[in-house]
Amino acid sequence: MKIAITSSNNNVSARFDKRFGRAEWICLYNDETRQIEFMKNRHTNLNNGAGTKTAEKMISLQVDRIISGDFGPKAKNLLDKFEIQVVVVRENNLTVEDIIQRIK
Amino acid sequence: MPRRRRLRKIVAPPNFTGYKPYGVNHEKQESVELLYEEYEAIKLTDYDLLNHKEAADLMGISRPTFARIYESARRKIAAALVETKEIKAVYGNALLDKNWILCNNCHARFTIPKKMHHNACPLCTSDNLELLNYQKT
Repeated sequence: MKIAITSSNNNVSARFDKRFGRAEWICLYNDETRQIEFMKNRHTNLNNGAGTKTAEKMISLQVDRIISGDFGPKAKNLLDKFEIQVVVVRENNLTVEDIIQRIK
Repeated sequence: MPRRRRLRKIVAPPNFTGYKPYGVNHEKQESVELLYEEYEAIKLTDYDLLNHKEAADLMGISRPTFARIYESARRKIAAALVETKEIKAVYGNALLDKNWILCNNCHARFTIPKKMHHNACPLCTSDNLELLNYQKT
């Protein structure tokens, strides 16, 4: 299963970004192969539609689950439609590694 | 032109459509309209005991806006009690956030799409879950 985690930088000790569309980086974790990949989010500086664009990107990557701090209504509707599980974690000061540890 | 009103996110709508006073003799019953977001504000601060900042973040609005909604909610309820008016729940500027499930173990909030069949928290695999406002779509 492919899991996307929003991140503020391109390594596992980076802070978990609680925004979805405007997260700087997205960490792609595959829980079968334990492979970790980082992808730059190109939609962070859009004036509008960052959430939708990022959601479309996730759909094209065939991600099964997205972990972030919040999802806007448009992004959430789109992800619901494509049956992608969204997980909201509202804790502060988590790193990407903390989250990977929890889902292992 | 004033700035557009942000929609207020609401986790669960009220489970009632209104409250009526009894033991009063009124020819015609007046009513106050309690908006969904006002109900949510009262619920988050006085029932779930969150502070205004946390509650405002949950509803996707700023803290001052939240304080205004909360104040108007309290005044409406007080007016209804003192003037023995009916309380009606009306929709307001709300956005119902559907199909959320809360894990009581790690407090993560998540959805379960139809193609997934196991009902466990995706983070801590606990099955101590609470349906917030699940609707079959």
